[in-house]
Amino acid sequence: MDWLYFLELFLSGLTKGSIYALIALGYTMVYGIIQLINFAHGEVYMIGAFTGLIVASILTLLGLNTLSILLLASMAAIIYSAAYGFTIEKIAYKPLRQAPRLSPLISAIGMSIFLQNYVMIAQTSDFMPFPSLIPDFEFMEPYAHIIGSPELVIILTTMVVMIFLTVLIKFTRIGKAMRATAQDKGMAMLVGVNIDRVISMTFIIGTALAAVGGILTACHVGQINFYIGFLAGLKAFTAAVLGGIGSIPGAVLGGLVLGLTESFGTGYISSDYEDVFAFTLLILILIFRPAGILGRSTTQKV
Amino acid sequence: MGKNGFVKVLIAFTLALTLTAVTFGTGLAADTIKLGAAGAHSGDLASYGLSALRGAEYAVELINKKGGILGKKVELISGDDVCKPEVATNTATYLLSKKVDVVQGHICSGATKAALGVYKDAGIIAMSPSATNPALTQSGDYPNFFRTIASDDAQAKLEVDFALNVLKVKNIAVLHDKGDYGKGLAEFAKQFIEKSGKGKVVLYEGITPGGMDYSAVVQKVKRSKAEAVIFGGYHPEASKIVSQMRKKRMKTIFISDDGVKDDTFIKTAGKYSEGVYATGPKDVSKNPMAIQANEAHKKKYGADPGAFYLNAVASSLALLTAIQNAGSTNYDDIVKALRTKEVETPLGMIKFDERGDAIGVGFSVFQVQNGVYNELK
Repeated sequence: MDWLYFLELFLSGLTKGSIYALIALGYTMVYGIIQLINFAHGEVYMIGAFTGLIVASILTLLGLNTLSILLLASMAAIIYSAAYGFTIEKIAYKPLRQAPRLSPLISAIGMSIFLQNYVMIAQTSDFMPFPSLIPDFEFMEPYAHIIGSPELVIILTTMVVMIFLTVLIKFTRIGKAMRATAQDKGMAMLVGVNIDRVISMTFIIGTALAAVGGILTACHVGQINFYIGFLAGLKAFTAAVLGGIGSIPGAVLGGLVLGLTESFGTGYISSDYEDVFAFTLLILILIFRPAGILGRSTTQKV
Repeated sequence: MGKNGFVKVLIAFTLALTLTAVTFGTGLAADTIKLGAAGAHSGDLASYGLSALRGAEYAVELINKKGGILGKKVELISGDDVCKPEVATNTATYLLSKKVDVVQGHICSGATKAALGVYKDAGIIAMSPSATNPALTQSGDYPNFFRTIASDDAQAKLEVDFALNVLKVKNIAVLHDKGDYGKGLAEFAKQFIEKSGKGKVVLYEGITPGGMDYSAVVQKVKRSKAEAVIFGGYHPEASKIVSQMRKKRMKTIFISDDGVKDDTFIKTAGKYSEGVYATGPKDVSKNPMAIQANEAHKKKYGADPGAFYLNAVASSLALLTAIQNAGSTNYDDIVKALRTKEVETPLGMIKFDERGDAIGVGFSVFQVQNGVYNELK
């Protein structure tokens, strides 16, 4: 057994999985609260990356150093994407809250196509280079052939975000309100929870995470275009279902399992079947645990 | 002579005159060299066929301005096959009924193949400016077929030859994006490497296009100890693979195709694109004939020429010059002329090999040097 090779594949799977997880968190939170699959989520991820690129380009012209560009561009992307998330909910989902469940789903797909085309027309249909905003840390240089600095940042960010979210939902007021809304919207409203605010908040947090994912992935991959949100969204959605949609640790676990499966499948068998491994795993898990790995069938969400 | 007699004479005279006119007319028609131009002139792929038709028109004009060939003017007869094999045989029969001497066409490989049988039976030479299917020449089924475009496997051949003979690498990883274009190319590359006996394919893998991370495949390349990667596919994937290899501090040589020989590749891969090799169509932008032909097109149509315009100019010129060189429209003589005498065309000096592929047409290797693709001579 070649342990170094194993480690390399593990870390590459971990990186990929962390990206899936960051995006999956947004899916799972929204689903947990209003049982809606927000298909426009992948597009917000893409918009986050584009905002990051635009802001980073402007700041580079102003001559700032890489780290402050990264932070400022991320801030801008988070705020901009969160605004998008907020607006998407108000325009596409809120008017349909009482409608049959199929209607908001169609509305979500429509939103996704709209945003994709809007970015394609307003920005470009070309591939754009994305600057590597995450610097190569010096202390990482000896390990650069195994794991790069951007990968390390991605993995660490996902962990921090997951801990932050768990604390937010378990221990804060808004977290309590979220859990209440998830359990029973009507009842939560009766006891004085402003559910509109809670739902908006959920969208804002979820889309902010997507923006973080968008920027980090773009730094790692080095290029973006208007279509990146589609595949990322699809994989992240798979991860969310795999881990148990509605569950926060589930989304992270699902993302990691998916990423690792793809990586090991590629490394030890063949990359021709990368997607086949991922979706075979999804089917197998859903056969034996229909609610996903950590999903607890509808009794508790978020 | 009565009135009746006069009418009779008049009628006879007119009749005789008409007859002479008719014979004179056919005599004139026989005194042109007829070039058939077949291809899709309508339908979905009309842009390809029309660009080739315009190329043929330009070549005919050029020749006629110089007084034609063998003392005769050249006449162009076009036939539309809509790029469909079942229509192409009818188009071929139509052109034969018009007594064409040679045919430029067809445009699509499938339609070309269907029509070639008809031309072969009639002893007519066909030369395509655009049909790239390797089997058309390599199968040996159609000795009457020539082309002024490189076949699909030409790039793979060039890449492999370059890797084995110029760069002198032995272990090669072949990757592709699972698409028709990329996978086709990768399969040819693999065959050529194995056939050469000089190198080994240490890894043969397809990757998922549009993926965000290819680090697992990159690790696999590293583990295979390949000295070079030959990649069949397009620039978005290529730039990700190259970047991730370089970020992993791998110095593996990267060779790819004209899907990667695009400035967007250099833009997205940035500094990591340095040193990457890619094959692409030979640069003819400095060829004076090409410049002239392009300008003539712009003047006539007010637009830049389409995809196969220059190839079509080249094939028409090659065909007509071969008739001139052969001194007749005899099949064997033209074939011999095509194979032995070089012709000056917008694609450079060309002649044809035994199988009908143009020598001197096709691809060269380019390398990214200081942020631009430079042709390696």
